[in-house]
Amino acid sequence: MKDFLITPLFGIVLSIVAFEVGIFINKKTGLAVCNAFLISILLIIGFLTVFQISQQSFNIGGDIISFFLGPATVILAVPIYKQLTLLKANLLPVLVGITAGCVTAITSIIGFSKLFKLQAVLCASLVPKSVTTPIGIEVSKEIGGIPAITVAAIIITGIVGAVFAPIVCRIFHIKDKVAVGIAIGASSHAIGTTKALELGETEGAMSGLTIGIAGLITVLLAPILIKWLL
Amino acid sequence: MKLLRQVGIIVGICLLGELLQRLLKLPIPGNVLGMVILLSCLCSGLITLEMIAEVSGFLLDHLAFFFIPAGVGIIACMGLLRGKWLAVLGVCFITTVLIMVVTGHTIQWMQRGRKR
Repeated sequence: MKDFLITPLFGIVLSIVAFEVGIFINKKTGLAVCNAFLISILLIIGFLTVFQISQQSFNIGGDIISFFLGPATVILAVPIYKQLTLLKANLLPVLVGITAGCVTAITSIIGFSKLFKLQAVLCASLVPKSVTTPIGIEVSKEIGGIPAITVAAIIITGIVGAVFAPIVCRIFHIKDKVAVGIAIGASSHAIGTTKALELGETEGAMSGLTIGIAGLITVLLAPILIKWLL
Repeated sequence: MKLLRQVGIIVGICLLGELLQRLLKLPIPGNVLGMVILLSCLCSGLITLEMIAEVSGFLLDHLAFFFIPAGVGIIACMGLLRGKWLAVLGVCFITTVLIMVVTGHTIQWMQRGRKR
């Protein structure tokens, strides 16, 4: 009876159905916490647990979906290219700001992980949590983290960013539109960018532009900084 | 044929990125190199947005979907995370706010310098 599980179709269909349900719930509630990706992952984990299906069976199809992580990263060049004039007009603040954000990210994550007594493998998994998922997965592998934990941390971070960005910017007097956009993009990648787009066109564009650049800077800095600090 | 060619361009760039990474033994992942290659090709006009419009639109619109299997992998990490959830959430929350504040103020400080 469980024969159908050994075809890739099972994992692919389950993922698509779960994602559709996630998008539906997200649209109905309109809440950042009801993130479509988060809901779909919880649904799939629930389904596999209830019907006692192994993760290996799911991954026969799952691996086919994961294949697209490569092309999905390459394509991040498109949003950067579309904002090229905006990037050129603000080149120095963008690069310095994102670099400051990435250095803060890596050092503070290592610092707080040590403070909370997390093992080195968990710490390494959290380090790339503020960059976009496909790049975060690669950085995680590179520095000895566990990609699945990185993905979970990336989603939590994105939701925190999307929910708290307006309050944080108000309390800490971040008012400049370019600064708000880049601050959101550098701290909470694509999920935060959905909130930045609500705040305004400039904020959204700057946030979207930041995703790929922050990923690139983190790729370059994370292995070096982690060698010094961990 | 149009879609197949678009897929070919993007997958070809992926392959080129992986190849460069292995040949030059770079510390940058192949897919990130691919992103840099595509950006260079777009900037130099070698590839236009129209040449990859449909496939890049499809990938960008459904980006989160492709991360699902990676996220489901968390099942295998439950043991490692037992008793650590609160600390992990704490690190995620504190550092996200910190990054936002530092990045925002760095840029505002630079913008003030520029306007003067």
